Amino acid sequence: MERGYRDAVRAKRARAALVAACIGVCILVSAVSAEVDVVKLFANIDKFTSYLGRIFVLENGRPVWTDPVEWYWGLGRWLSLLLETVLIAYVGTALGAIGGTLLAFLAAANLSPQPVVRAVTRRYFELCRTFPELVFALIFVIAFGLGPLPGVLAVAIHTMGALGKLFFEVTENIDMKPVEGVAASGAGWPVMVRFGALPQVLSNFVSYALLRFEINVRGASILGFVGAGGIGQDLIEAIRKFYYTDVSAILLLIIATVAIIDFVTEWIRHRLIGEQGAA
Amino acid sequence: MTEIREPVDATAVAAMRQRYPEVFVPGWRRNRALIAAYIGLGALLIYGLATLGFANPRLFDGIGKLGSLFAMMLPPDPGSVHRAVIYLKALGETLAIAFLGTMLAAVLGLPVALLAARNVTANRIVHFLSRRSLDTLRGVDVLVWALIWINVVGLGPFAGVLALMTSDLGTFGKLFSEAIEASDKRPVEGVVSTGGGSLHRIRFGILPGVLPVMASQVLYYIESNTRSATIIGIVGAGGIGLHLAEQIRVLEFQHVAFIVILILVAVAAIDWISTRLRLALIGSRRVEMA
Repeated sequence: MERGYRDAVRAKRARAALVAACIGVCILVSAVSAEVDVVKLFANIDKFTSYLGRIFVLENGRPVWTDPVEWYWGLGRWLSLLLETVLIAYVGTALGAIGGTLLAFLAAANLSPQPVVRAVTRRYFELCRTFPELVFALIFVIAFGLGPLPGVLAVAIHTMGALGKLFFEVTENIDMKPVEGVAASGAGWPVMVRFGALPQVLSNFVSYALLRFEINVRGASILGFVGAGGIGQDLIEAIRKFYYTDVSAILLLIIATVAIIDFVTEWIRHRLIGEQGAA
Repeated sequence: MTEIREPVDATAVAAMRQRYPEVFVPGWRRNRALIAAYIGLGALLIYGLATLGFANPRLFDGIGKLGSLFAMMLPPDPGSVHRAVIYLKALGETLAIAFLGTMLAAVLGLPVALLAARNVTANRIVHFLSRRSLDTLRGVDVLVWALIWINVVGLGPFAGVLALMTSDLGTFGKLFSEAIEASDKRPVEGVVSTGGGSLHRIRFGILPGVLPVMASQVLYYIESNTRSATIIGIVGAGGIGLHLAEQIRVLEFQHVAFIVILILVAVAAIDWISTRLRLALIGSRRVEMA
């Protein structure tokens, strides 16, 4: 028995070693490809800390919190840009969620009217999901010009892909009995989805959309990097032109906004899921 | 067709109404708060559409222009074999950035997660501080981290690796600490009862249970980071994003379409591999992803 135990342990160790070796080789190959240079990193690591230090020091050499008025000199402008950012995220999330809801029923295996429709919808979701908003924003900025409009469309497209996938997965797990009941009474496809499927999935959909809203606020804060509206435009200008204290001021505003929205959406989601559990 | 109907007694209805008044309230009155919320959200949406330029004729011009841009994408063509090789190499760089950034974040995230987990670190202040610093790391976008790291190691993919590492450190710290907090208490009690110290507790009581969950989360993030690593090049931190942004800006849409297809294929392949590995790791059990 002892030998059996030893053999089992040895086999397990051999497998672990094999996995470790595979991961090691992958790391080595990627390190070469990504031009990793540990020497340079450690030689210059002080630049990282000094950058983080410098964004909190005013031009007169005192830390920023000694003079908040000087630090947040552009507060009015930044707040209005921040508001625009949140609005871009909200409208983008809403449009994306509405589009995703409509298409998700076409993509769900249990409700889809046709296998071809299902396959096409799923490929479309994949295309929308694979590319980050910024890529869509780059293309839309050329078509629609600078401003928040291409930003909203980019967020909406990416959100449609990301939510669409989650939505049709939820839809595939529903109880089919109400759907069959509605179909048996002679309803067409839209009525069947509306009264058989939608009531079962709506609270899940809303919960996912709220989660996405928080992610999109974060994403919308950098859309300005490519000229698609929001606070990103001022942020990249501050970083590129080395307006150190502006960088920290804007970043803290964004972090605070995201934290507040995170908190609020979390609270709503818990209430939604709680109600569903009680019902 | 004859209608079959139970005769309804008016007094019975009245009695029912008295006994269950809430059933007889019309639907719109019962859901007043919800309907008000829907109206509010709808009004905000319309206000947003109006202020963000959807009422502008530019929208329709833009849709027309977008159509012609898509027409320019066909057929996808890298121009020359030389360009195709450059794009493929950049794609490899992107995959390397995603893989290395995620792995580094996971390695650094584990000790931080142990500090942030309530059942490992009893000290309230340490717990609170580590949670808040993880939130801050996550709150700053990966592109901003990339811009900061470019100051340190210069332009190139290494800055991208470090940027992904920094921002994912926050995510992994949070996910791992949640996994640790949700882990089974009994193995830890067993280790403690045989006289194990705190390191024994972590190594033999906690890690065996949570490692598969963590590995599955790491795999999922390698997959999702492959997607986000495609944009890191826009600010000069390596990978295919640089070429993608450049070709979009010079309106070489056939090249853009070629790069787009490359990325789609690569992401689909990574998706497939990582789904397989994840299923092998944890069975068909679903893992909550934040």
